[in-house]
Amino acid sequence: MSAAADVVNDFVLSVEGLTVSFDGFKAVDDLSFYIERDEVRAIIGPNGAGKTTVLDLISGRTRASRGSVTFSGKELTSMREHEIVRAGVGRKFQTPSVFESLTVFENLEMSYPSGRGALTAWAFRRTPKVIAKVEEIAELIDMKDRLSEEAGQLSHGQKQWLEIGMLLIQEPMLMMLDEPVAGMSVGERERTALLLKRISKGRALLVVEHDMEFVAQIANRVTVLHQGKWLAEGRMETVQQDPKVIEVYLGH
Amino acid sequence: MTSMSDLFSILIMQGFNGLSSFCVLLLMALGLAIIFGQMGVINMAHGEFLTIGAYTTFVLSEVSQRWAHWMQGSYFIVAVAVSFVIAAAVGLLVEHLMIRHLYRRPLDTLLATWGLSLIMQQIFRSTFGAKEVSATLPDWLMGSVQPTPTIDIPINGLLMMGLTLLMTMIVFIGLFKTRWGVWVRATTQNRIMAGAAGINTRKIDRYAFGLGCGLAGMAGAAFTTIGSTGPTSGSMYIVDTFLVVVFGGAQSLIGCIASAFSIAQAQSTAEFFLTGSTAKVLTLLTVIVILMLRPQGLFSIRVRR
Amino acid sequence: MGSSWQARLTKVTSNKELTSFLILAALLLVVFPLSMGIFRLNLVGKYLTYAFVAMGLVISWGYGGILSLGQGVFFGLGGYCMAMFLKLEASDPVATAIQSTPGIPDFMDWNQLTALPFFWVPFKSLALSLIAVPLVPALLALLVGVAMFKRRVGGVYFAIITQAIAAILSILIIGQQGYTGGVNGITDLKTMHGWDIRTDSAKYVLYFVNAFLLLGAALVTTGMLKSKLGRLLVAMRDKEDRVRFSGYDVANLKTFAFVFAAVLSALGGAMFTLQVGFMSPSFVGIVPSIEMVICAAVGGRDSVLGAVYGTLIVNFGKTFFSERFPELWLFLIGALFIAVVLVFPNGLAGLNREGIRKSWSGARKRILGLRDRWRRSSSSDAMPPAVKQDVKEAMR
Repeated sequence: MSAAADVVNDFVLSVEGLTVSFDGFKAVDDLSFYIERDEVRAIIGPNGAGKTTVLDLISGRTRASRGSVTFSGKELTSMREHEIVRAGVGRKFQTPSVFESLTVFENLEMSYPSGRGALTAWAFRRTPKVIAKVEEIAELIDMKDRLSEEAGQLSHGQKQWLEIGMLLIQEPMLMMLDEPVAGMSVGERERTALLLKRISKGRALLVVEHDMEFVAQIANRVTVLHQGKWLAEGRMETVQQDPKVIEVYLGH
Repeated sequence: MTSMSDLFSILIMQGFNGLSSFCVLLLMALGLAIIFGQMGVINMAHGEFLTIGAYTTFVLSEVSQRWAHWMQGSYFIVAVAVSFVIAAAVGLLVEHLMIRHLYRRPLDTLLATWGLSLIMQQIFRSTFGAKEVSATLPDWLMGSVQPTPTIDIPINGLLMMGLTLLMTMIVFIGLFKTRWGVWVRATTQNRIMAGAAGINTRKIDRYAFGLGCGLAGMAGAAFTTIGSTGPTSGSMYIVDTFLVVVFGGAQSLIGCIASAFSIAQAQSTAEFFLTGSTAKVLTLLTVIVILMLRPQGLFSIRVRR
Repeated sequence: MGSSWQARLTKVTSNKELTSFLILAALLLVVFPLSMGIFRLNLVGKYLTYAFVAMGLVISWGYGGILSLGQGVFFGLGGYCMAMFLKLEASDPVATAIQSTPGIPDFMDWNQLTALPFFWVPFKSLALSLIAVPLVPALLALLVGVAMFKRRVGGVYFAIITQAIAAILSILIIGQQGYTGGVNGITDLKTMHGWDIRTDSAKYVLYFVNAFLLLGAALVTTGMLKSKLGRLLVAMRDKEDRVRFSGYDVANLKTFAFVFAAVLSALGGAMFTLQVGFMSPSFVGIVPSIEMVICAAVGGRDSVLGAVYGTLIVNFGKTFFSERFPELWLFLIGALFIAVVLVFPNGLAGLNREGIRKSWSGARKRILGLRDRWRRSSSSDAMPPAVKQDVKEAMR
């Protein structure tokens, strides 16, 4: 598919033939899928299916052996991690990865998309514009009253939200979330589902998750992986009734 | 007018000239590969363990010279073994007192062991004096064999070679053929699982460290055949040894051997054509460049990033 | 007018930081000059040049997480650039009339050189020399940084490689006697642009220039650390991946920290040459480089002012002990390395920050912890603490 076709079809992300092998073991094998704007796509599959590896490949953490990843017309497989981020792809890690010794405000400010070189970072000034943006995002993730708290003091769920906030402030077109509700209480999951639904407007979300209820709540479409290969795809109800999927999950 | 065969002889002799120092380097590198490659510990005092072995050999030499004259011919072989034992024992002590608190902190281990090396050097200086001393080599070690009229191979070089080969084989067999070796490799590859499988990883670490130091002590005994011993003799080898280990791929023993060989040969060949210091600089530079191009060393397999 | 600049300054720095800075400034600018004769003051000035290196290490090591064991390279390069200028000035044709080739430095003449080597020529100019002092080391640091950090060579490998580089430069300088003055270095420096640097009054001036430069460097460095860049460096040290995935080129940041440290060290080297009157390869190699690291560690590797105090203490100690108890000194400094790593990882600044009592109880805890581990390790049934830690982490 060419970049022109992407524009016509409005695909935010096109993954085609993506393959990576580690010493002969194919962690991801000839995977293809396409994500549209405003879509929330979930990737599910049994443990070891390669879900996190897919995120690694798209975000540039791992280099693909074969295949292509096209994002808004750009080929990501040849770009470095920070270039991919600057192109508009945000990634949230499985274990909450925030800067523990900085405050919530500083964490968000750190992800503000300006002053990204060494010298420009030195010259970076906390202008009213920056402050307004940080407060706006803090409002969105419901942390406005915690701006001066040290991130290391936050609860597990709050750290997850903070990390999502750190992604949001970059205004990415594609947000990739790895197990966003792991370790959260039921109430926190509800709030996260609402949050994700809110922020999916105008961009695409790619979520890796194990919690099927959560997936059913937020996802438009679901892609099922098994042993690194594409197994099934579709709306959650359809996929849940697919005999191949049932076998793979129950057979474990 | 040097003919082709003369040139050939010169090259062979030049090759064997570097032999003894290659053996020292290899023994040191094997020891360090075990400590660094298997355990991830940076022991900047590794050179001082060489010095322990060298001084042990000297002491035994003195004993045989002054009192136990019957030992004069045989002490050297004994010294090699005793050097191993003493160096290993000191290594075990050091591991127990200091190293095991620093396993997750390689940079800190680097600094702490540098401090240790300073302390050890001062102990040597206070005990044996700052002047260099020499062990009196037994007669049968002097001299050379002459396979052909133009080639002269020093006997101690051959002995060193044999000794090093023996130790290398022992280490290989130990690591790959014995139960203990399986434990060591399991601990390196997956410490948690190894612990869960009942392997006492602490003990393994301690003995691996001791073994690495023992090898360095042996290198020290070998070292007495090429030069005189002073408090700082070991520190001459430390940077080279690290480069050998890293160059060959810290986790690959074969890489270690190949790398020690190439570096020692490169240096002695280069020394033949250039001045000593330029040769050293060139070797160091080449290794750095290669490390930059292939940081995992020349011989390691691709690991999942 | 006076209160407004104080108010502005306090907005940027806290009151405690301002006080600490003023105390140091008073110490360097008032207490030392008043209480010491010129000989001792010159000695302190020498120590203060090492403090530049330690300050650089606070940035690259304490904040950036990259340990360089070869900072002597940059100190030496800066010092040699200055020395080359001063030597050329002292080797004008009139002063060197008795040489076989007048107009070139004496050591070149001894080594039978008949013309000035090409790379010495730019150093005839004061302006070019002053530019070279920070520029040459910065270029080398840039080269090394780009080559290493873009390839993700970090941590221990990087430290060893910097050692190798220090060894290489030191061997090169010693080996190329004719071009560099060899193992004796470049000596017999007399005047800088006509001004005699050997007189007592000159040494006073140079001391104050040095102290002001150092304090200025401390201000600039602290300012940098308070900016977003400073927070970035800390973040990078603790969570490199997260920084990368927030859109930052980590290799760039590390290279910046490394170059910054190199430039600071070079300034120190140049001031050293001016104050002490020579530069030699004995400041370039592995041993001096690691001594500079211990200065930073003693002061507290993440404290800019601590670097200065740490350097002063270590060097005062070195002079005192190596004069009276030379054997003891090596034991002491070896023990210092070990102590700073095992018991006092935050150095003096840590003591200052947490208060002596708290730090001592922290240290006591660590020592007792060490003792408990010694005891426990004899029983092999107990699950080794490191494995416990691993299991905890795996289950998180």
